[in-house]
Parts: sequence; structure tokens; C-alpha cells
Amino acid sequence: MSPARSRPRPAQPSAALPLDAVTVRKARSLARQAGRPIVRLAQQHTTVSVERATLRLAGLGGADPDGTPWVNHLVDAVRADTGIEDGVALPVWDSLTRGDAADLEELARKAAVGSVRFRIPSGRETTRVRSAARKAVGAGVRRIDARRRERERLIRRWGDAPRTPWIYLIVATGDIYEDMPQAQAAAREGADVIAVIRSTGQSLLDYVPEGATREGFAGTYATQENFRLMRAALDETSAELGRYVRLTNYASGLCMPEIASLAGLERLDMMLNDSMYGILFRDINPVRTFVDQRFSRQVHARAGIIINTGEDNYLTTADAVEAAHTVTVSQLLNEYFAKEAGLADWQLGLGHAFEINPDVPDSFRLELAHALLARQLFPHAPLKWMPPTRHMTGDVFRGYLLDGFFNLVGAMTGQGILLVGMMTEAVVTPWLSDRDLALQNVRYVMNACGNLHEDFRPTPDGFIATRANQVLSEGIELLQQIIDHDRGLLDAIADGTFGLMKRPADGGRGLDGVARKADGYYNPASELLEATT
Amino acid sequence: MSGDPAILRPYGDTTGDGMVQLSFTLPMPHSKIAEGAAAQLAAKMGMDPAMVVHAKAMGPQHTFFVVYGAVSHLVDVSSVRVVEHDYPLLSPKEINLAVRKGLRRRLTVIGGCIGTDAHTVGIDAILNIKGFAGEKGLEYYRELRVVNLGAQISVPHLVARAQAEKADAVLVSQVVTQRDTHLLNIKEMSAAFREAYPADRRPLLIVGGPRFDEAMADSLGVDRVFARGTTPGLVASYLVDELVTRRLAGNDPDRRSA
Repeated sequence: MSPARSRPRPAQPSAALPLDAVTVRKARSLARQAGRPIVRLAQQHTTVSVERATLRLAGLGGADPDGTPWVNHLVDAVRADTGIEDGVALPVWDSLTRGDAADLEELARKAAVGSVRFRIPSGRETTRVRSAARKAVGAGVRRIDARRRERERLIRRWGDAPRTPWIYLIVATGDIYEDMPQAQAAAREGADVIAVIRSTGQSLLDYVPEGATREGFAGTYATQENFRLMRAALDETSAELGRYVRLTNYASGLCMPEIASLAGLERLDMMLNDSMYGILFRDINPVRTFVDQRFSRQVHARAGIIINTGEDNYLTTADAVEAAHTVTVSQLLNEYFAKEAGLADWQLGLGHAFEINPDVPDSFRLELAHALLARQLFPHAPLKWMPPTRHMTGDVFRGYLLDGFFNLVGAMTGQGILLVGMMTEAVVTPWLSDRDLALQNVRYVMNACGNLHEDFRPTPDGFIATRANQVLSEGIELLQQIIDHDRGLLDAIADGTFGLMKRPADGGRGLDGVARKADGYYNPASELLEATT
Repeated sequence: MSGDPAILRPYGDTTGDGMVQLSFTLPMPHSKIAEGAAAQLAAKMGMDPAMVVHAKAMGPQHTFFVVYGAVSHLVDVSSVRVVEHDYPLLSPKEINLAVRKGLRRRLTVIGGCIGTDAHTVGIDAILNIKGFAGEKGLEYYRELRVVNLGAQISVPHLVARAQAEKADAVLVSQVVTQRDTHLLNIKEMSAAFREAYPADRRPLLIVGGPRFDEAMADSLGVDRVFARGTTPGLVASYLVDELVTRRLAGNDPDRRSA
């Protein structure tokens, strides 16, 4: 367990809303019912990305001159010979223990030109092969453990963020060498967390690019080298500022397990990792997503990484009042899947956002009701509070006011992580001055009323309490609807229950990279990570 | 007032006062010199007198300014020229409404990358609900039915799926441009559609990619080419204009028999 100081503490265990304990228990139990079959499905399958992540943990990195990573070459070659149903560990370490190559990279090079053949070892050989694989992959897992201890040590040495909410700022230049000074400047200006936005479309690449990258579309590629460079830059600034500045990236898309592993190896501190985002918004196959996600969350659990879930996306595509309960349902599902994978409460940055149309009467009271509901349903989670985007226009003055109200809700409801809103949202990528003004806005609100939650108690049968209870009961109805489907959540996703897209279990990207595990399936990474849970 | 005056000045609180506000950052530490530098910039921009009403250090190396002042420039409205789209830009709500009322069914769009091109960034930016540049993709539009075939689709497969799905429009994205493969692929595609459909039944053919020129449509045999920077809203507005508005008006210029 990590020391308490390395966690964003909820400002207060608020019991501001009169939520019925029985109803809350029912909501959790329905989420468990909806989620359990999905966990079973995830346990029964593996994917090319899970297998590639296993090889990355065993130390295989790098790429051929065309940029195709060696892990892709090796997994593709094994898959062609034996399939991945038994896992790649057995055929790969069978080949290594028989002396086909001196190490994984040499084996991958040979596999890429077709000069090795793979087979599934049998009988007493299996024990020896398993133990070689376990040793190699175990070294990677131990390295993740060491990085976690290192984070805890650095936080003790430099100090942690001085208060909650942690202030979360974004950089997005597309060039890692531009991102680094921008991130350092943002940290000096007061950011506790820096997120490097990914290049558009990386989630749909079935490989992780390699090396330091200087060209991305509206963001920078997530690569191991970029992770390392940025973490080193922030370590430098953390030492200078006397507080540990956290680094965030994205474990989403087709390479979730691999990116999670690289994040653990390079001591990233937070990762965006939503249970259904890829399915609904990126049309990635549901089975692929759930299998990849479980593995990636097990890695995050082990690495002491805080996940951030993506409920804000529901509100940018649907009306934030009508769809409020879909956020609650998604938070409950994310919580169930996260805990099942071994994550603790302090690692659950459950998302929600300030996206109600400001022209709606009582919009601020509605926002307050929704934020309080989330706070109270998940009292020990460091909720991630996200700023208005949908109703931000070129009127930067009005946008600045809206961001002020967003900050006020954040202060009144004790949010753990506050993504700083920019008045130039939807206009330009933030300028230096935009960021400074945005931080002034946050500081003013936190300074003026950061402790307002001590005085603020909504009337028990008033507008806010009634609205929160209404959203919760609509959430329970939706969970019930999900469970009533023949195949539960999978069918609900397939028939558009989430009001967005119909995503059938046999459609979407990445399905061909999914395989049902054979009886003899072996994966030392899963074995070690399951033991964490 | 008699008519609209053609010559204008900005308006603060009195007609003709010419007042504007301006904010900017200079990459220098905050000092009296910095404030003087801000006033100099404002003067060069035509603000006279310029008042530097706010100056604040933003980090050790930058200073942010707010300047108010009167500009000496005049605006001649009669000489303003603007470029109009040849179709109106509609909001998602307007697009849904136009399709529901005009077509009375959902409009089917199928899309993909043809040939060996595996770069789905472009087609996904337009089709995925996630969208591009803050705009939601076509999947977001309730009245559009989107079939995204993804990457490396063969032309015969694309034609067959278009027929099976009764597509109203076909979107093809091409990113790879080595040896003009993008142009050859598109010509092959448009020829295949002309062969497979009678001229008046052929779906609208739309191509897009960073290296296309919007004037190429005729030579490629397609209805429209979208270049770099195209957003989903532009494409959706075009679809409605072409497939709903013009059809209803009955003034479809015979551009589809090309």
C-alpha cells in the first residue's frame, strides 16, 4: 500500500445529500450483476495486445527500420504458427530455451524473416519453459514495483501537491521537444498534473510507435521514449519546485495493455482508462476492449497509477441533463471493473463534467446536484472534474465566467482532480496567457471559497437533493434495463441502450486480434498480476 | 440616419470614438520598459491614444497586457468581399431536421479507405462520433446511418457494400500518395461505380485527404473533393445540400452524370 500522502484526498466525507443507503447498495449490486459476465468473458479470452504487453514486460522493445515494433513481429509470427490461444509465452520461451536465439530481440528478428518455427511445448518441457517465461516477465513486473516505490520516495523527498483539488493542465503540441518546456512552464505556473494529449487516431493503431516523436496531429504520440523524456523533464521541475508533479497519458484504444505496461515501466502517475469509451466512441470491438482493459487495469493497480475515466464524453455527445444518469451508470461500472482488477478507491479518478447548457434555468443548481451525487456515491475516490467544452464559444469573456462557475462547483463538492478550463476552448490551443488567466480563475475561487463545503448543506427536500435522487433512480432503471438483456451489457451496447451507438459484440475494430483461451493457456504476466488482486 | 453608412469606425460608447480593446503577451519581463513596448505596439497598430490599462508578469519571461484606445483606421463596408460556400453550413439539428423532412428516412453514408491505404485517421475524423476539431463525426447525426468499412477495402467490395446498404453517399479517404496511388485508386473507384449503377441511381461519390485539390472532382469522376482541414459539419452540410435540398427543389444541375 502506498502512503496516504500520495493520494488526492477528498476534501470532506460529505454527507450533504440525503441519499438512501439501501438505494446506493442496490445501485452497486446492479453494477456488479451487469459487470460480472463481462469479467468472465475477459478471463476467457486473450488478445494480441495482451500478449505483446507480456513481451514488453519481459523486456522486448524497439522496432524494425520501418517502425514495426519487434513485439508485433514476434506475436504475429507465433500467431501464424500456433495461434495465441495458448498464449505466446509457451512457444516463445520454448524457442529460447531450445537455443533458437540468444534473447527476445534476436528471436523477433528471426521470426520477422521467417527463420524460426514455433510450437507449443508438451509434457515435462512445459514446466521448464513456464519457469523461464515467469522469470523474464517477473523482472518487468518487479521493475514496475520499483518505479512505484521510487514515486513514493520522491513524493516524500520533494513533497506532494499542496492541496486538493489537484490542478490538471494539458499540453498538446505534437512535438515531444516542445511539450517538455511547455509542461515545465505549466508546472511552474501551478499545475500539479500534466497531461500530454495523444495524436488524433493513435487509439486505432494496432501497434505502439517507437522513439521520440516530433509530429502528431493535435497531440503527441504515446511512446515509451516520449514517456521517459517527459517524466525526466517533470522530475527536474519537481525537484526545483519542491513538489512532485504528476504525469498523465492515455491507456485507451487498441494497445491499452501495452501502453499501460509502458506507463508502469516509465513511472507515469495517471492514465486515462475508461471501460467503454473505445467501444462507443471509437468503434473498437467490445470483447477486445474488455479483455484489454482488464489487463491494463491490473497493470495500473500494480503500478500505483490513478486511472481517469471518461464520463465527460457522454455529456459532450448527449444533453447533459437528459444523460446525467448515464454518467452515474458508467461511474458505477467503471468502479466495479476497476476494483475487480485490483485498483483501490484512491486510484479511481471517476470522471464527470460541467456541460449543462448555461441557458437552461437553474443550470448551476443542476450541476451542483450531479457533482454532489458523484462525490457522495464515491466518497473515497478522487473524482475528476472536467470543464465546459460544449457550450464554450468564441465569446471568451462569457467562457471565463462559465469556467469560474465550474471552479465553484469543484470547490463546493470537494473534487480530487480539476481539469483547468480554458476560456479559449474551441478557439485556439491554449496560449501562455490563457493558461495564466485560467489558473488565476481557479486560485481566486479556491481562495475565496475553497472551504465553502463546510457551510453548504442543500435543503433535504430541496431542488438539489431531489435532482440528485432522481438521477440516481434513473441510473438504477438503466442498470436494470442492461441486466434484462439476454447477454446483459454486451447486448445493451449492441442495441444502443447507451443512446449513442449500436456496437455489436461481433463488430468493430480489433476483433481479429481476440482469441478464446485454450485449456493450456499460460501467461506469466496475468499470473503475477492476478496475485496482486 | 439616412441608409447604411459605408464608412465606419469602431464604437465604444460614442459614435465615431473608434475605441477598441486588445490583449497580448510580449516575451519580456514586466517593467516600465515593457509597458512602453506595449504602447508602442498599440500605436503601430493604429491605436492613438493607446492606454495600457493592465500589465502582469506571466512567469519570469513574459508580460501580458490589456490595452484600450482609439484606432485611426476607417472601415469601408462597401469594399468588403467575403467568400461564400456554395452550400449553407448547417447545425446538426438543422441537418437532422432537413433529412427527416426532406428524405423521410435516414440517409445512408458508407465510408472507408481503399487500396492498400491503412490510414483511417481521415475517414475516422469525419465518421467516428468522436469527430474532429471539436465537431462530432457523422455517426453523431441521428438521421445519418453510417457504415464505416475501415481500412484497405477493395473497390469491388466497396461497390458491393454500397449496393447492399443502399448507400446515398460513399466517402473515400486516401492519405498515402506515393506515385499518385491516391489518384489512380479514386479513378478506379469512380469508374467502378459508374459501371455498377445507372447514372441517375449512383450514390454521391466524395473523396477526401490531405493531398487532394478541391478542383480535381471532374477529372477524378467524383462529385466532390474535400481537402485538408475539412470538418464533419462541412461534409454533413454538403450531403444535405446535394441529396436533400437540391433534389427537393428539383433544380439538380446535372452534375451527377459526369
